[in-house]
Amino acid sequence: MPRRLYADPGLPDRVFRGVARGGGGLVLAVMLLVGGFLLYRAWQALSRAGWSFLTTEAWEPDAGRFGIAAVLVGTVLIALVAIVVAVPLAVGGALYISEYAPPRLRQTLIGVVDLMAAVPSVVYGLWGLFFFEGQILPTARWIATYLSWIPIFEVAGADPNDPLAPETVYTSSTLIAGVVVALMVAPIACSVMREVFSQAPVGEREGAFALGATRWGMISSVVLPFGKGGMIGGTMLGLGRALGETIGVYLIISPVFEIQWHVLQSGSSSVAALIALRYGEASEFGMSALMAAGFALFLMTLVVNFAASSIVARSRSGAASE
Amino acid sequence: MTIAPERPVAPGGTGPNLRAPTVGERRRSPGQLRATDVYAMLGAAAAALSLTALMFTRLLPFSGTVGFVVVAYVLFLALYGLLVSFDEDGPAVRDRIAAVVVQSLGLVMVTALAVVVIYTLWEGRKALPHLNFFTQDMAEAGPLDPLTAGGILHAILGTLQQITIALAITVPTGLLCAVFLNEVPGRFARFVRTVVEAMTALPSIVAGLFIYATIILALGFDRSGFAASLALSVMMLPIIIRAADVVIRLVPGNLREAAYALGTSRWRTVWHVVLPTARSGLTTSVILGTARGVGETSPVLLTAGFTAEINGNPFEGPQLSLPLATFEFVKSPEPTMIARGFGTAAALMALVLLLFVIARVIGGRGPGQLTRRQEHRRVRASRQDAERFAARTSAAASAPRTPAAASGPGANSPTAQPSPPRTPRRSAP
Repeated sequence: MPRRLYADPGLPDRVFRGVARGGGGLVLAVMLLVGGFLLYRAWQALSRAGWSFLTTEAWEPDAGRFGIAAVLVGTVLIALVAIVVAVPLAVGGALYISEYAPPRLRQTLIGVVDLMAAVPSVVYGLWGLFFFEGQILPTARWIATYLSWIPIFEVAGADPNDPLAPETVYTSSTLIAGVVVALMVAPIACSVMREVFSQAPVGEREGAFALGATRWGMISSVVLPFGKGGMIGGTMLGLGRALGETIGVYLIISPVFEIQWHVLQSGSSSVAALIALRYGEASEFGMSALMAAGFALFLMTLVVNFAASSIVARSRSGAASE
Repeated sequence: MTIAPERPVAPGGTGPNLRAPTVGERRRSPGQLRATDVYAMLGAAAAALSLTALMFTRLLPFSGTVGFVVVAYVLFLALYGLLVSFDEDGPAVRDRIAAVVVQSLGLVMVTALAVVVIYTLWEGRKALPHLNFFTQDMAEAGPLDPLTAGGILHAILGTLQQITIALAITVPTGLLCAVFLNEVPGRFARFVRTVVEAMTALPSIVAGLFIYATIILALGFDRSGFAASLALSVMMLPIIIRAADVVIRLVPGNLREAAYALGTSRWRTVWHVVLPTARSGLTTSVILGTARGVGETSPVLLTAGFTAEINGNPFEGPQLSLPLATFEFVKSPEPTMIARGFGTAAALMALVLLLFVIARVIGGRGPGQLTRRQEHRRVRASRQDAERFAARTSAAASAPRTPAAASGPGANSPTAQPSPPRTPRRSAP
């Protein structure tokens, strides 16, 4: 951190500081404008709907019945599925890169993971829609047949006793959208976790080995506790991204506007997909309602992101790197 | 086994070794694969595969590739643990199983990327070989036309124009803001940093919605490439600022202090010391931000509109871009349109890959670390300066003694002083 200078800087420096301050102020203004404008435009819809905005499932703004209960539940479910799939992948990938991979391979693998984070979401969406959906259907069917006593795996309209039943009840489901989003989220979480794992102090690693720990013993007693903050932070960063994902989800789900807990069943919804679906045909009031939904989504990702960064900042992770 | 320094410091010190995470300590690689481990692994794999095949073909009503892989994997883990437990104790068994799980998860991670990329390129093979795919637009080609008609030139053009405008907006603003965050510290800078960090959470669709509501609905402009690049800018700005902020923070403080000690003013320090030192990292962060922006569909979806023709004017009329074209193509049920969609996605992937490779070639070096050629250039400049100083002092004072600086500029490691010769030239008497 550069220290603060107190000497009189002279005119050119004062100009420089003014310009820099102006640049910072400009960015601040744009950012506050986005949030402020969203809230301002959303206010019309929010004041009309009141608290029912949070409890209504339907989305018919022009008929006065609209709320984000269904889409919010859908968004959270997709994000949860994504996190459940992505976190083991990310932790495993990060541990592999920082602990197991041969040093020569390490840089390449880091590049591969970074590249994975840069692959456009529409490409993941295509992969999910045309390739993965076909591959996952038998498994979805198997889970629905044998595990349907767990409420979220229940599929309405599926008949486990009919082997020739059509598989369309399993397509376009929360599960498929969640797995596609997981692929987008995993590299982001992975690179945060890898960064933190590789900072675990060498002295403590050697201490664990000297006490006779196996490699896994060392990892579970030194690296994982050291990297706990980074693991939680990376997960939440991924969660924030998963909540706001649009195109990958939009391509896969078939939107429904009722609360749908069954992750294997066709039909799901998300706030971002709702906006992409309805913005074109929206009236002025409908636009305001969409703004309100977007604002709610923004607030959610904001809270998740802030929690993530404060957890990462407060944890011990990275303490040895200074 | 002793702990040696990771990179033995060369005598004379060749440049700051900034990237090394722990200076002076080296991590050992403790794993050694023994023959018995390999036998156990092979045996467990063979047993797991045959058992699963038996279950899937003869015994149980299971089917599906995913199910096969999962069942085989679980069986493999169990059998491997069993085999290892014959000649190892509990912690060692856990260690082996954990190693297998972690390595396979790492493998899945890499495979997932490979599958996604290769699948896109494979599906794009139908559209990509036709040259007209890159030289025509879709104005004359309908959904039923074969792949020999129509192309994505309009989308390529749109993408290039939109990302150029977005970069022209975000790079100066973003870098200025990052410099501000680091060089003018204070309460205001902290507040701006917090807000920027918050805005990286902005879902991209909301950025699009914001521009749609302001530029298109409130101000009454048409959908255009310019509106799309504004939406991309809103999305990319926090990403670039955050990355650039991290890079600038890595510039070693002693370089700054050295510049101040030479009497350099603050903005000259930024211009001649901080920014050149961080150049490779800044370029990388901008390129990675570009890669994110190029592939983003949702902000463009709301703001760019749809057209099948080439529109070279980003300020008027709808303009397509590559991700949006992919999205619109695959919404059609026609197989040729879907093939075009995959072709467009493959072209987009190629563009992102290209950007990524460029970022890797330029970046990947810590602040202050130079390539060989840059190092040579610095040495030459430094030597010239020394000669110039020597000439000047001998001319002005007509002293017979040569200054010490002329004797060995190479030994003084000029790489550690990226401050260019201009400053001393001004301050020299």
